[in-house]
Amino acid sequence: MADYRLQGDTGEWEVVCGLEIHAQIISDSKLFSAAATEFGAEPNSQVSPVDAGMPGMLPRVNQFCVEQAVKTGLGLRAEINRWSAFERKNYFYADLPQGYQISQYLHPLVGEGTVYLDMPDGSVVPVGIERLHMEQDAGKSLHDQEPGKTYIDLNRSGVGLMEIVSKPDITSPEQAGAYVNKLRSILRYLGTCDGNMAEGSMRCDINVSVRKPGGDLGTRCELKNVNSVRFIMQAIEAEATRQIEILEDGGEIEQQTRLYDPDKRETRALRGKEHAHDYRYFPDPDILPLIVENDWVERIKASMPELPDEKKQRFIDEYGLSAYDAGVLVAEQAYADFFETLAKGRDPKLAANWFTGDFFGALNKAGVELDAAPVDSAKLGELLDLIADETISGRIAKDVFEEMWETGKPAGQIVEDKGLKQITDTSELEGIVDKIVADNPDQVAQVQDGNQKVKGWFVGQVMKATGGKANPKLVNEILAKKLG
Amino acid sequence: MADTPSRPTEMTLAQARDALANGELSSKELTQAHVQAVESARQLKAYITETPERASTMAEAADARRQKGESRGPLDGVPIAIKDLFCTKDVLTTAGSHVLDGFTPPYESTVTSKLWDAGAVMLGKTNLDEFAMGSSNETSYYGAAENPWRRQGDNRPLVPGGSSGGSASAVAARAALGATGTDTGGSIRQPAALTGITGLKPTYGRCSRFGIVAFASSLDQAGPMARTVRDCAILLGGMAGFDDNDGTSVDTPVPDYEAALTGDIRGLKVGIPKEYRVDGMPREIEELWQQGLDWLKDAGAEPVEISLPRTHYALPAYYIIAPAEASSNLARYDGVRFGLRETAGSSLDEMYEATRAAGFGDEVKRRVLIGTYVLSAGYYDAYYNKARKVRTLIAQDFAEAYKQCDVILAPTSPNAAFGVGELADDPIAMYLNDVFTVPASLAGLPALSVPAGLDASGLPLGLQLIGRAFDEETVLRAGEVMEKAANFTAEPAFVAGR
Repeated sequence: MADYRLQGDTGEWEVVCGLEIHAQIISDSKLFSAAATEFGAEPNSQVSPVDAGMPGMLPRVNQFCVEQAVKTGLGLRAEINRWSAFERKNYFYADLPQGYQISQYLHPLVGEGTVYLDMPDGSVVPVGIERLHMEQDAGKSLHDQEPGKTYIDLNRSGVGLMEIVSKPDITSPEQAGAYVNKLRSILRYLGTCDGNMAEGSMRCDINVSVRKPGGDLGTRCELKNVNSVRFIMQAIEAEATRQIEILEDGGEIEQQTRLYDPDKRETRALRGKEHAHDYRYFPDPDILPLIVENDWVERIKASMPELPDEKKQRFIDEYGLSAYDAGVLVAEQAYADFFETLAKGRDPKLAANWFTGDFFGALNKAGVELDAAPVDSAKLGELLDLIADETISGRIAKDVFEEMWETGKPAGQIVEDKGLKQITDTSELEGIVDKIVADNPDQVAQVQDGNQKVKGWFVGQVMKATGGKANPKLVNEILAKKLG
Repeated sequence: MADTPSRPTEMTLAQARDALANGELSSKELTQAHVQAVESARQLKAYITETPERASTMAEAADARRQKGESRGPLDGVPIAIKDLFCTKDVLTTAGSHVLDGFTPPYESTVTSKLWDAGAVMLGKTNLDEFAMGSSNETSYYGAAENPWRRQGDNRPLVPGGSSGGSASAVAARAALGATGTDTGGSIRQPAALTGITGLKPTYGRCSRFGIVAFASSLDQAGPMARTVRDCAILLGGMAGFDDNDGTSVDTPVPDYEAALTGDIRGLKVGIPKEYRVDGMPREIEELWQQGLDWLKDAGAEPVEISLPRTHYALPAYYIIAPAEASSNLARYDGVRFGLRETAGSSLDEMYEATRAAGFGDEVKRRVLIGTYVLSAGYYDAYYNKARKVRTLIAQDFAEAYKQCDVILAPTSPNAAFGVGELADDPIAMYLNDVFTVPASLAGLPALSVPAGLDASGLPLGLQLIGRAFDEETVLRAGEVMEKAANFTAEPAFVAGR
């Protein structure tokens, strides 16, 4: 794949990005309290005194959240640190009840790992993981409820997060998008984060810098809270372009935190230096260091599902799929499962083509998730069987599929009701061909003069005459015979 | 044991327990006498909040249980006071601070829950230095509690020590059979010494910190304060135990502390740390220390000269670590969710500033500033990190010493009670009050202060026994032997009800 370059007045520029993803841990209760974590609950209905930072309250580490983070670390092929520690990140904000966030700083739970990106051209790009650490989420400030007032909802306060920090290995907006998608896919396979960016259960900060190809790393700016893959890609381009303009004007990049405005397609500074924080990290004296036993990690490892990379390779090896198709199919566990059910005892390539083609198209058009589709893998399989045994042609199958999607009826019934069964009776087809040949002497002459295109015209005429039901293979054979 | 006094408030907790058990006294009578004592001792400002109605209800319930033969044990029906640092459900909890104005927690601390489960009766919440920061009780927003003792021929008020000064004052004045305290750098032991009572700081992790307003989380530890070692042993039995809600609580069985009071310390090796002979130590304290050792020797213990070489660094390390943690622990007092809110100006920052400026007293502000400073970028390694290393070395000193001895004897405080206002303008002199108590706090070890004698002006002095981690039993056993030998019968100038 060609390297991504931005063109400036002084030549080409390279973009260097590192992503920090905050992924909300799937867990019934919070990282340090027993309060519930369900999204969208009545404000302040899921808040324990611990989450509200009440006097004398103490955090209690939720072991399940630790297990989820370990599992995620394993999924990122990362080292699990047997000894890690929680620290306090101190700052004041109205939705941060304790006046500090409990996080991991010097000693994260998970160390270095790797994520492999599946690029559209089939290439695979490795991106290093710097670390994964656990921390608690803050609450939410609502500024739009009443003029001049701010309301605080603490439902999210204390919810467990995994902060996954990549190395600065990402060199294009496209890679950044692929990275977020891949990470999301891994997390969803593992069941450790639902990856829902719209609900904020996956949030992204991006560090962006530019440099001349092969040069030293430039000063970076951090883009906070960019919350869709599309915006992530746009934001990187906008920020890189801004930095290039400054540098080419002889300016310097000021290291700062910025926000991306998708309407204006530009980034702007979030806070100036006067609000620069000194977080005064120090080990949280309320929480003993986290010690992870080897055999516990081994047990977690043993319980891991097959992950996208392994599944992709298996799909290539076992089903003979292209890297691209396999990559698309494994992006979601549900897709992969659907495909495997569909491909069982059938032609895997036909299954992959139908699933990623017509079926995905219908899903997108209807805007529904796989589990809400009116056609399931058994029904789609029945359709594929009708193609395979030549009951219907691939062309007719498309119409049948549309009908299936609309009515939910089985393929066989639709073919039956509408009389769409393929004509495979040679004598019947020969009769039809004979008539068309007889009616169109000019075209016959053209074919005989070597114009192959007109042969296609004859096929079309036969299909037209049979309502598309003619077996295309037979039609071709008969035409070849009749037209010489 | 002396004859049981006729006035219930002048009984020891153990005597009251026995009187309840053999039916000489009902909890209702015992509690009523104490409620009156609390009222008559109001001049001491030992209590911030009195809870006579709750006391009465709890006493009646205790009597009803006893009548049905369902007594819950030695603390059932026994009236005690609670330092106002423990959160008590539906009862005002102030931490001695203006910033917690009107705060009534919807939850109960683990230690007080255990005490109520054991049948103890709550008389009220006792005064303390603001957020337990102080050694004199003078930093309380509610006015300093006074010491019931007076110097001979001098009626000027004296401090009860701190920060558990209200608990100490109440117990010394016979306005509670016992009380809870908390000790971060000496806040149980020093006031116990200055008021002529007994106080035990247990091993860090022995009593749950859940529901105790935090000062310095890695040091805070709840413990009993009472008039005798036995009373402390009984109270500790009701307070100690593992708590899943406190990640630093230790899951180790709670022994029968009273059963440890065998009086037999033959062969016990008592360490005397040479580094505790600080410059300018008053002669009478040095003599009392020697006297204490002689008492233990007479009972069959063996003195051992030991060295705790890093003692000198304990106080400075403590005054870095404790404020550092406090600066973070006190960030939650921001006016947003509970307590005081000052809404000068319109911005969030202005609300924080106004609330915290009005809500915190000078000593708290001083420590928040120190703590913020020592944790800040560029100073962290020089101060906080260095202090943590010193702390580790101090713990190692103790570990070395306990290879040679079983318990360490030292003075509790470098001086007797001082006058109200005498040290108020000299924070360093005030901090020096903690010089003998802080090392055991940094090492997380159990330490007991026992009243051992009087100074020249007739004020009580205490001796401190420091034990191995989770060896409260040895500390209590040796303490009781020393208590018997000291035969401390002097009484404060003010005794409630007399």
